[in-house]
Amino acid sequence: MNAYVGTPTSRVDGRAKVTGAAKYAGEFTAEGLVHGFVVEATIPRGRIVRLDTREALKVAGVLDVLTHANRPSLADNDEAWKDEVAPEGSPFRPLYDDLIRFNGQPIALVVAEEWETAKFAATLVRIDYEQDGFATDLEGERGSAREMDKPHKPRGDAKAALSAAPVRHEADYLIPTEHHNPMELYATTTVWESDGKLTVYDKTQGVQNVQKFLCGVFDKKPEEIRVLSPYVGGAFGSGLRPQYQVVLATLAALALKRSVRVVLSRQQMYGLGYRPMTIEHVALGARPDGTLDAVSHEAIAVTSRYEDFSRNDAGWAEQLYKSPNSHSSHKLVDLDVSTPCDMRAPGAATGVLALECAMDELAVALKLDPIELRLKCYSDRDQSEDLPYTSKQLRECYACGAEAFGWARRTRAPRSMRDGKELVGWGMATGVWEALQMPVAARILLTANGHAEVSCAASDIGTGTYTIVAQVAADALGLPIENITVRLADSTLPQAPVEGGSWMAASSAHAVLAAAEEIRQELARLAKAMPGSPLANLDAADATLVDGMIASDGKDGAAVSIADVLRHSGRERIEKEKLNQFAEDKSHARNTHSAVFAEVKVDEELGVIRVTRVVSAVAAGRILNTKTGRSQIMGSVVWGIGMALHEETVMDHRFGRIMNANIAEYHIPVNADIHDIDVIFVDEPDSRINRMGIKGLGEIGIVGVPAAIANAVYHATGKRIRRFPITLDKLLD
Amino acid sequence: MNNFQYSRASDVADAIRLLAADPGAKLIAGGTNLIDLMKENVERPSRLIDISRLPLRDIEETADGGLRIGALVPNSDLAYHPLIEQRYPLLASAILAGASAQLRNMASVGGNLMQRTRCAYFYDTTTPCNKRSPGTGCSARDGLNRNHAILGTSTSCIATNPSDMSVALAALGALVHIAGRTGERTIALTDFHRLPGDTPHLDTNLGSGEIITAIELPPHGFARNYSYLKIRDRLSYAFALVSVAAALELEGNAISEARLALGGVAHKPWRSPEAEAALRGQAATADHFGRAADLLLQGATARSHNGFKIELARRAVVRALIQATSATPQSQVHKKIA
Repeated sequence: MNAYVGTPTSRVDGRAKVTGAAKYAGEFTAEGLVHGFVVEATIPRGRIVRLDTREALKVAGVLDVLTHANRPSLADNDEAWKDEVAPEGSPFRPLYDDLIRFNGQPIALVVAEEWETAKFAATLVRIDYEQDGFATDLEGERGSAREMDKPHKPRGDAKAALSAAPVRHEADYLIPTEHHNPMELYATTTVWESDGKLTVYDKTQGVQNVQKFLCGVFDKKPEEIRVLSPYVGGAFGSGLRPQYQVVLATLAALALKRSVRVVLSRQQMYGLGYRPMTIEHVALGARPDGTLDAVSHEAIAVTSRYEDFSRNDAGWAEQLYKSPNSHSSHKLVDLDVSTPCDMRAPGAATGVLALECAMDELAVALKLDPIELRLKCYSDRDQSEDLPYTSKQLRECYACGAEAFGWARRTRAPRSMRDGKELVGWGMATGVWEALQMPVAARILLTANGHAEVSCAASDIGTGTYTIVAQVAADALGLPIENITVRLADSTLPQAPVEGGSWMAASSAHAVLAAAEEIRQELARLAKAMPGSPLANLDAADATLVDGMIASDGKDGAAVSIADVLRHSGRERIEKEKLNQFAEDKSHARNTHSAVFAEVKVDEELGVIRVTRVVSAVAAGRILNTKTGRSQIMGSVVWGIGMALHEETVMDHRFGRIMNANIAEYHIPVNADIHDIDVIFVDEPDSRINRMGIKGLGEIGIVGVPAAIANAVYHATGKRIRRFPITLDKLLD
Repeated sequence: MNNFQYSRASDVADAIRLLAADPGAKLIAGGTNLIDLMKENVERPSRLIDISRLPLRDIEETADGGLRIGALVPNSDLAYHPLIEQRYPLLASAILAGASAQLRNMASVGGNLMQRTRCAYFYDTTTPCNKRSPGTGCSARDGLNRNHAILGTSTSCIATNPSDMSVALAALGALVHIAGRTGERTIALTDFHRLPGDTPHLDTNLGSGEIITAIELPPHGFARNYSYLKIRDRLSYAFALVSVAAALELEGNAISEARLALGGVAHKPWRSPEAEAALRGQAATADHFGRAADLLLQGATARSHNGFKIELARRAVVRALIQATSATPQSQVHKKIA
């Protein structure tokens, strides 16, 4: 019964969000709430030799200035500071000691009755440093790049095949540092409850991750800390790890035995939470007919000196395209910066950008249509693992996308299409992401009035989890969606990992399905036992929940209302909790794919670029909600436009400081930059990946978009820009 | 942000008195730039003198057929005022090319003239900047200077003036009315902003204790052949890499009067009498426009990252003059460049 799944259901939390009823972490309040403001380091590396808080403490309304010297106890071992998604290394500990590891590091928290007071007093804290030599420039430090421990196993001999290949393309692509700029700032309100327990409202993608982390850092028992994050104003990876403000707010609450709120400023957001700058070296060797002989992809990315943050940038080429020889490696350069973090499609957004630009360059060298080249190398098997896919409708994505875009009307030569003073360019690229699923549990409380409450600790980071959980529950329980209440993002609810990697749709849906199955079985048992039950002979396997009834699938069509079943059994409610179960299957690869087509118009003299059309054809299994799903992809396309043309964190390496730490100077697309975006969901039935055939959306939407735009810019202008973003100065002769 | 006192001026004379009484005081109207700067600790006024309720919101015709615009007229009101739309569309267009609708609603005309550079080093109090802290040095000269000036720079400062409105006002030959302790005075807009020289901390020639009361537009508005062309890194809500205010008086295809001003390239809106003179009496052709652009950009010098601005400005000048000639001014709504 699919009354809701697969339909364009509006967000169940939409009204709460647009009316302001939805509360975010920095909006919760408590009696006697006080405010913390962060003082940041202004050097990238060194030591604090003097931290003078006397003037700040004199300000009326200031309660305390917490520093490494006077703070309450914090855990002294790395294990306690490692959250569930921490990379290898020694996690950053705010206010732990006098060492400065990155510019913008928090070194004090001024706590005051009013936020403005704290902000003012923060300017009065005097700090003397002993500066050490430092390095923040990836290109300057490229020589010190070190291979990560686990390089991909090479296939064949890529080096030899490359040098023998009749047609070769080899280039560096540089993708700059990009910072998270979700609407909601990093924020925490830690409420000091009367019994000394803490209720922490945090901007996070994983409440149980934060709860466990805080218990470790502050040596608390699980029942002493509860973490909630009912609404999240965009996260995209920025809220996967507990950020330092949750430590500071909780530290201050413990120090003062009061409720404390800490909200970072937009500028302070640039002290953490970014996609690392990456140099992507791609080499492709092909035969004149377009079949690949060799692919080689080496990524060199930034990490901090204290953690090894690395993602799969370089492995996509060897997975995606048929080539007998392949090699990939991921290298890191340690710099005096904070650890990078995941940002929408981490690894793929950058690695596939380079790969798909390189494929376009190869197509030019081969005088092949870019789609034709990709079809020549098309693989129905995961090339790296030599496994079949649970499903892969990429070929359909190319066909549907090309048809919708009108690709057949493209003339191949660069600068061959124009519209008045503008050069017109059409480009395309492939997108690929993983289809992941994680252990998630859900609890369903069904009451006699035909209402169900579904709860789970998973977060809805704005993607629509509340809505799809309600849809799946409504269908599984045979109830109208209005009768479903969804509770999420409370650490006391059934288990869920951080919401990330596009895994939560499949994971939460199957948790709901599993719990609903328990409910169905229980109802079947109770219905059979009713005196004079029309379902006396019911086989539980044949029972369906529909329209508020439990019905037999058999010929007699017998049915009893759920309310009657509960009344007769003397029950007011049935409550079931269940962990999802996914069949172990190592014999198949699981991925989502897309084909992205972009049209740009470039003023020939002035270099001004407009992205006038994007078509994204996505194959991502079953789409639970075509409305929120479309929004996911559209948002990702907008981000992809920004990645291609706008986003760049600019650092002055003389100071090791970010110089555009605000959203006036750090450019993301504005309305004027966005034109037609057409999202196509290609039908991709997948009975193997999981029961409902769900693969997950979100990340796949950005992968390929910037490459399609870069390729369109080349087609328009004949200029190949390999340093992103493509700003107009790079197009002037 | 520092602690500050707040006073509300009851009239212009009161504002001047309050200014005189507290050398660390600043006037505040819309606050769209000053409050940003206070949040970043770049401006730390001891007192804010709120002039937002003073009666300086009128737009009235002057005896000679020009317009007098009160200093507190909001930018959006000015841009959409019928007399501006009809007689000075270049000014309307420049205003609408700037900022966002919300900022234009708050920002005053006088405040727009007073807005400070967006140089990143000026904004970051941890880095040397002669404009913010005289004598500390210029971080931009050998640093991130892609957005910086190519004309009229000094060894002390290569910052640009960020205003779009001022560029059109410069082209139109606007006057600035100023009141102070010693009475009222009027100066040309082109003399209002300064070049950095060795005093880059001074953006304008407004004296301490003075207040802008009005902007005056001369009668000639170039309402037929004009264009404001702004080139930036995204299609809205970004400061100009280069902007051009172009205005022509044409007799047939012959230019009888020409005005050209550049934004985003100098510490003030950039005009050149030679460039404008070179257009007068000439046919409106791309060749003549190119020569004028060369004259306008005479002496342009680049630092490490802003060399592209010289050629970009040249091309933008030519394009804006072509747009002006054909009476197809650049739309600030449709971002395609005409």
